[in-house]
Formats: sequence, structure tokens, C-alpha cells
Amino acid sequence: MSSSVTTEKDTNLKSQAGKKRSQWGEVWRRLKKNHMAMIGLIIMIILILLAVFANQIADYEEVAIKQNTANRLQGPSRENWLGTDNFGRDIFARIIHGGRISLMVGVVAVGIAVLIGGTLGAIAGFYGGRVDNLIMRAMDIFLAIPSILLAIAIVTALGANLFNLMLAIGISSIPGYARIVRASVLTVKDQEFIEAARAIGASDFRIITKHIIPNALAPVIVQGTLGVATAILSTAGLSFIGLGVPKPRPEWGSMLSDGRTYLWEASHITTFPGLAIVITILALNLLGDGLRDALDPRLKQ
Amino acid sequence: MLIPVIIGVTFIVYSIMFFTPGDPALIILGENAPEEQVEKLREEMGLNDPFIIQYLRFLKNALKGDFGRSYSTRKPVFNEVFSRFPATLKLSTAGLLLAVAIGIPIGIISATRQYSLLDSITMVLALLGVSMPNFWLGLMLILLFSVRLGLLPSGGDVGFASLILPAITLGTGVAAIITRMTRSSMLEVIRQDYIRTARAKGVAERRVINKHALKNALIPVVTVIGLQFGYLLGGAVLTETVFSWPGVGRLMVEAIKQKDTPVVLASVIFMSVVFSIVNLLVDILYAFLDPRIKSQYR
Repeated sequence: MSSSVTTEKDTNLKSQAGKKRSQWGEVWRRLKKNHMAMIGLIIMIILILLAVFANQIADYEEVAIKQNTANRLQGPSRENWLGTDNFGRDIFARIIHGGRISLMVGVVAVGIAVLIGGTLGAIAGFYGGRVDNLIMRAMDIFLAIPSILLAIAIVTALGANLFNLMLAIGISSIPGYARIVRASVLTVKDQEFIEAARAIGASDFRIITKHIIPNALAPVIVQGTLGVATAILSTAGLSFIGLGVPKPRPEWGSMLSDGRTYLWEASHITTFPGLAIVITILALNLLGDGLRDALDPRLKQ
Repeated sequence: MLIPVIIGVTFIVYSIMFFTPGDPALIILGENAPEEQVEKLREEMGLNDPFIIQYLRFLKNALKGDFGRSYSTRKPVFNEVFSRFPATLKLSTAGLLLAVAIGIPIGIISATRQYSLLDSITMVLALLGVSMPNFWLGLMLILLFSVRLGLLPSGGDVGFASLILPAITLGTGVAAIITRMTRSSMLEVIRQDYIRTARAKGVAERRVINKHALKNALIPVVTVIGLQFGYLLGGAVLTETVFSWPGVGRLMVEAIKQKDTPVVLASVIFMSVVFSIVNLLVDILYAFLDPRIKSQYR
């Protein structure tokens, strides 16, 4: 963190950029040494690639959506690696296409939460006093509603579709980010480099965006990674009770819910989408824990 | 703090549910009801009033325990939700007890033998535990114990045997979180000077752990347990769905399918109130465990 502020803007920016690069390089170096985190990262890269190239791997309309009842409830085979479901659709293809939805909802929901929650938290922490009180009491009220129930209420009211799902899960996780950002803003706010920036006449907006946010980023990155995992679990949960994306679009939670009926005769329908969820969440948790250690080595020992 | 929070919760949940599409009068009377009859019911229910008037009326009635009537059964909503609550409480308590009974001892043992094989296995299992969607775990337990082995019932509330699988389903994630929290908190406490002093005095290791370390290590764990109760109430919605458990969560899921807004509204508010009360109790317990913290609720 550059606590030295020169009057020449150029040199200041340059030295800051150089510092930033080496700081992130240091984080990456620490992360690389953590085997568990690297396993998580590699799994995540594979899952993201599968989601991005889902259409190239298995055609959406032909393989994941089109019903083929003659081939229903088949166990795993060479043609259908993970078997087929009650409509004869290939489960592997549906899991990959479902992964697109899960990852997208996870990332967008966390994005919404970080953006709104982060802004509220930054304002609360920076200005303090009555503003802080007002925002944080409102967050306390949100926190009093178990987040999955809040998400359920929002989707019930707005209707079950992809956008509302992301919105609901995003909104329900706002308070967590508000708290985290507020806490980190409070720790950096009174440090000397902020005082120095203010002394040379930087505006509040500039101080918040240029100096406070970069320094409050680490806990948000960690919480965001773990938050994507929570969001994916919530998505699956909401879909499981029929509040997810409309059918026949494949989604992990709704696949589980469909498979329930066939637990007796074809348990693979239920087993595999669940394993997909477990692997994804596990990878995100490993990565999140690793990032926490890499970003803040003090926490480790 | 409790009262304003609860009023705030009712406001948020009421505003959200206010946007639910569909005219309640039409839902009650059916799609083909004559226009004037619908209008008459709208007037009677006060649906033509501005939002804030409707909310204040709702709040006034809610304070008297009147949450309106269910659209589908026409019974008072509060009675419906309240009559389902014992089942949810039973399930959540069983899940929490299981989680505490597993999480705390294993967390302690794991911490006292850091980096041992047992510690590694525990940490891997705990990681799996937090990564598993509980409803999927429930389905897998049904598959194993009900379908394959035929040992335990797969659903309903029919005596102790039927409580086992849902409690494991609900408790596993929390057990994993408690284990991790107990372990890390214990590791932190064990490193402190007063523990070294106790050891140096020649106090037996067992006594150092049980008498000196445990009480301080448990303080953060208690907070986590309190927070997890909210997760349990939320998770109960899914677990109850999997096991056809006759609790508030399942009532809510059925109500969502029938667009029975008053029931959904009352269920969410009810669960949130219970959660807030539990958090209040945890705060009081917290102050008791750690006298340095004066409870803000006194």
C-alpha cells in the first residue's frame, strides 16, 4: 500500500501500478504453493470450459432437450456416459448444460450482491454516524430473514425464471457483503495514506474508489468465491422445490427433483447431478479457503 | 432491538409478497367469477387501498395473531402455520443436537491432534459436509437406507425411526461447520500463554483442555451455532420436502404451488421471528459465557 503521496500524479500512478502487480504476483505465488487450492482452481477451470463449450460437446436441442422415450431410464453406457433420464435424455449433456445455468446464476448473483452490498457497506463505513446506523440496521433486518427463505419469497412474488432467480439470490446475500466491506473500510479509513490523500484535496469519491476499495478487496474476493458456492446451492435448492428456471431447461436442482420419482428403479438420475453439485461446491470451497490464506497470510497459522 | 427487527421483517416480506402477480380476489373466487362479485370481495378485503394502508392493517392484525385466511383452505393462516411448527422444531432441534454432539467433540479431538491422520480425515469429511446440498444427501440416504437396505422409513413423521434420516440430512452441514469452527477456535486458544502456564504448572493435559481451553474456545462456536439455526430453518424447507415431513417448510412449498400468498407470507415471517428470538438467546448466552461482553439486550 503506497503511503507516500507525491504531488506529481504521474509518478504516483506509476509506482502504484508497479506495486499492485507485485502484490498480486505475491498472492498468486502463495496460492500456487497450496495444493488443495490448485486442485479447486483446476476443477473450476474445467467446469467453466465445459459450460462455455457445452454446445460443442453436446447439442442443446438434440441431446439435452429432445425426448426419446424409447431410450428412457438407461444406466450408464458407452453412448450415454451417465445414463438417460425418464424422458430418454442424456444425463451427461444435461449436467453440462445445467452447469451453464448454475455458474451463471452463481456469478451474477454474487455480482449483484457485491455491487449493492459493497456500495452500502462502503458508504456506511466511510461516512459513519447516522448514515452508518441507518444502513446497518436495515441490513440487520435483512439478516433476520434466513437467506433461502428471503430468496424463496422474492422468486414466489416475481415469478420463476432465470433473471428473477439471480436477482433473488443476489438480494438475499447483500447484507453479508455490506458487513464485510464496512468492516474493511473501517480498518483502512483512518490510516495515514487516506489522510494524506485528503490533505492533497482528493474528493470523497476518489478516496473511496481509488484508495479504500482496492484495500478492502481481499475479504470480498474470498467471500465472493465462497458466495458463488452458496449461490449455486441456493439455485439448486430453489429449483428443487420448483422455483428455478422453467422446464425443460436442464438445471441441477430440478434434475434431482425429477429423479426423485425414479429413485427405486433408476437412482443414477438423482446421483449424478448431485455429484456435479458436490464437485463444484467442493472446488469453490477449496479455492476460497486457499485465496483466504494467500490474500491474508496472517490468518493462516 | 427485537421488536423493531420483527416489524422491519414484516415490512420487507409484506412488500415483496405484495408484488405477487394475480388478484387474490380472483384466486379465491376462481377465474370465472362475475365481475361485480370480484369487485365486491376486493372492496371487502381492502385490496383497493394504497399499499401503506394495507400494510398497516396487516401489521395491526398480525400483532393480534391474525394473518388472514388461507386462499385454498379458507382456514386462519396463523393456526395452520403454528400447528405445523412443532414438527419443524422437532426436526431442527434433532438436527442441531446431532450436529453439536458430533461437531464439538470431533473438533476438539482434531485440534488436540493437529496434522494427525485423524485430523486430516476429519477435515476432508468436514469439507465434504459443507459442500453437499442437504436435499441431495437426503435422497442418497433414502436410496441407501430405505430403498436398498429397507431399514428406515423414507418419509412422514411416524415415530423415532422416521426422524433419523431427516435429522442426519439437516444436521450434516451444520456438524461440518461446527467441527471446523471448534477446531480452529481450539487451536487458537491452545496457543495462548495462560494455557502454557497451566501446562507448566503441571496440570494434566486432559484438565488443561477440558477446564481451561474449552470454555474460551466455545465462545465463537456458540455464535456459529446460533447463526446456523437460521440455516437449519431454511434448510428444513428442503429437507421437509424430501422426507414429506409435515412441518412449516413443507406447508410453505405446498402454498407456493397453490399461489397461497398469505400462507407463504406468514411462514416466512414466522420462521424469521423464531430465528430472531434464537439469536437473542444466543446473545444472552454469549454474555454469560464471556462476562467481558455486556449483553446489549439487558
